[in-house]
Amino acid sequence: MGVKTRRYSARDVTVLVAGLGVAVAVNVSLIWGPTLASIVLSGTGWNGIGPIEWVGLDNYHDLAAEYPPFWSAVRNNVLWLAFLGLVATPFGLFCAVLLDRRLRWSRVYQSALYTPVVLSLAVVGFIAQLVYSSDYGVLNAVTGLSVDWLGDSSVNIWVVMVAAGWRHVGYVMIIYLAGLKAVDPALKEAAAIDGANERQAFFGVVFPTLRPVNVIVLVITVIEALRAFDVVYAVNKGRNGLELLSVLVTENIVGEASRIGFGSAIAVVLLVLSMGFIVAYLSQLFREER
Amino acid sequence: MHRRPPISRRNLLLGAAATFGVPAVLAGCGSGAPSPAPSGSGGGLGTVTIGSNASDEIPKKTLDTVLKGFTQAATRINTVDHNTFQENINRYLRGTPDDVFTWFAGYRMRFFAEQGLATDISDVWQEIGGGYTQAFKDQSTGADGKQYFVPFTYYPWAVFYRKSVWADKGYEPPATLDELTALAGRMRADGLIPIAFADKDGWPAMGTFDILNLRTNGYDFHISLMAGQESWTDPRVRQVFDTWRGLMEYHQPAALGRTWQEAGQSLAQKKTGMYLLGMFVAQQFPEADLDDLDFFTFPEINPAYGTDSIDAPVDGYMISAKARNVDGAKAVLKHLAQPSSQDIATKLDPGTLAAGSGADTSGYSALQKRGAELVSKATHIAQFLDRDTRPDFASTVMIPSLQSFVGEPAEIDSLLSSIEKQKANIFR
Repeated sequence: MGVKTRRYSARDVTVLVAGLGVAVAVNVSLIWGPTLASIVLSGTGWNGIGPIEWVGLDNYHDLAAEYPPFWSAVRNNVLWLAFLGLVATPFGLFCAVLLDRRLRWSRVYQSALYTPVVLSLAVVGFIAQLVYSSDYGVLNAVTGLSVDWLGDSSVNIWVVMVAAGWRHVGYVMIIYLAGLKAVDPALKEAAAIDGANERQAFFGVVFPTLRPVNVIVLVITVIEALRAFDVVYAVNKGRNGLELLSVLVTENIVGEASRIGFGSAIAVVLLVLSMGFIVAYLSQLFREER
Repeated sequence: MHRRPPISRRNLLLGAAATFGVPAVLAGCGSGAPSPAPSGSGGGLGTVTIGSNASDEIPKKTLDTVLKGFTQAATRINTVDHNTFQENINRYLRGTPDDVFTWFAGYRMRFFAEQGLATDISDVWQEIGGGYTQAFKDQSTGADGKQYFVPFTYYPWAVFYRKSVWADKGYEPPATLDELTALAGRMRADGLIPIAFADKDGWPAMGTFDILNLRTNGYDFHISLMAGQESWTDPRVRQVFDTWRGLMEYHQPAALGRTWQEAGQSLAQKKTGMYLLGMFVAQQFPEADLDDLDFFTFPEINPAYGTDSIDAPVDGYMISAKARNVDGAKAVLKHLAQPSSQDIATKLDPGTLAAGSGADTSGYSALQKRGAELVSKATHIAQFLDRDTRPDFASTVMIPSLQSFVGEPAEIDSLLSSIEKQKANIFR
């Protein structure tokens, strides 16, 4: 009966459409579109030129059952995550704690640890070759060993992870260092007065207050592990023990091969893995906000 | 994949210089306008664009020099880093390709011709056909019997060695597999690593597989295996890997961490006794040592086939299906087929041979003469594993599989059944 009030003026609608519309359009065309396209393509056989053929889940069967590099890649990605998360990140935190104690020369150590971060991972890969090459590498020359560090598929992933960790440590360290500087000294003082020793003060008081930083570092670590690509690609194109999911996607889709359907299936696996972490992280975040 | 070496730092820099330098030079010629042919007049056929993967110094100079002599149309060369060019070939040909582009003979050419990405140049072949042998014509012919490719240069694969080292120790080129094994044993006793070997890049081991398969099972079996028509679990394939495994103890160890350049240098430095590679291994030899480099063809394994086949990949030119100036492009191809054009290439690059029969071989180095002789004796010429089969099979199946064999030569059966399963997925 009553006159329906218009809740939005024409101007409001324009602003809404322009503001929201652009964001939605960008989001859909750059993120959701390609994601859905990958998922759809993963169910097809397509060489990028000819007709697109629907093959259902064949690609997934082929890659899980008959494509040996796939499982090495999954294993390597998990190893990479574990190594960064359990070794490199704690070591970065350790360095940050030490440096925060204002050691003598701490600026020098700080710069030394941070320097690798300015290098791109591809450059780290080239440096790794100078160190590990079995014929002319520094490591074999200094130690007198003749190990084929980069060619032996049982050791190469480890030495390459050390190279990647070298850079990751500095990155994590600088973030923690900033976090530690922001911790109120009064907290530590209070803990000391209550009779806590250094370790207890750190784990009981300081570390919990670093929580926001921890979350950032965790996210960075997971992202670094899932997007790892450059180092192994620079070393040997991610083959022979250095397979990673990101490399297999590239190898199958981008190269001359153009197995677009098959490569998309690998990309979807990588997407599902990433989604796992993202969902876990977001649900944690929302739960706390409530 | 990339027999030309885009990998060394020097070449990387040159590649970058070529990629970025050429457009800069062109821009200097006047905002995007086609640069006129250096000889002056633009001829009657407009401008022809040429997509080139010749990013290394010598091949680039070769193409520049050859096109200087072309007067019927203006030409514009777009040089792209060798590797990048290959990896992007699909998108390149579907997008806005140049009129003429550099490519490889054999299956690699047929694959793209079948997808309708190349222009039929049978009419060009009616004119230039007399200048090539039947073997080269076959390598330029698509599955539909039409020609799509003009061969320019090629290089044979063989076992290279230093004459001085061999003369010193009294080694003789082996004629059979047993002699090869015996020779390798002697070398080892003399403190040499018998066979230089490197497979970090993934493709050099393909050369070893090719020659062992050609010697053991013959050209026809090899080609149909490459075409996906034979089973990889066939006992004949198994025998190839068994033979290879027997030779593996004489190969340079730690091959998966070594590039072919490093292995080539070990031969140049007299640390290794011989090296199966393409003639481009000469690039790793200092100028002064080049005369000391010689080769023999891989010895006979099965008397039924003797040494009748070799790998000799052919490089050349094709016209894209989307070419805008087809008449001009065909004129360019005819020019490239001229013996005089190919002579320029062989003079500038001692690692290649002219594809045409009419080319002047009097200017060849001793190594080139021996190479030409080797090829002329071969009844069958294979291209190379990654040019004789589908690119997706070569790069995503064969590279990892051969590397896994080099890493663990004992695991043959499981490897072959894995290759066979993956082959079935690709050749469906």
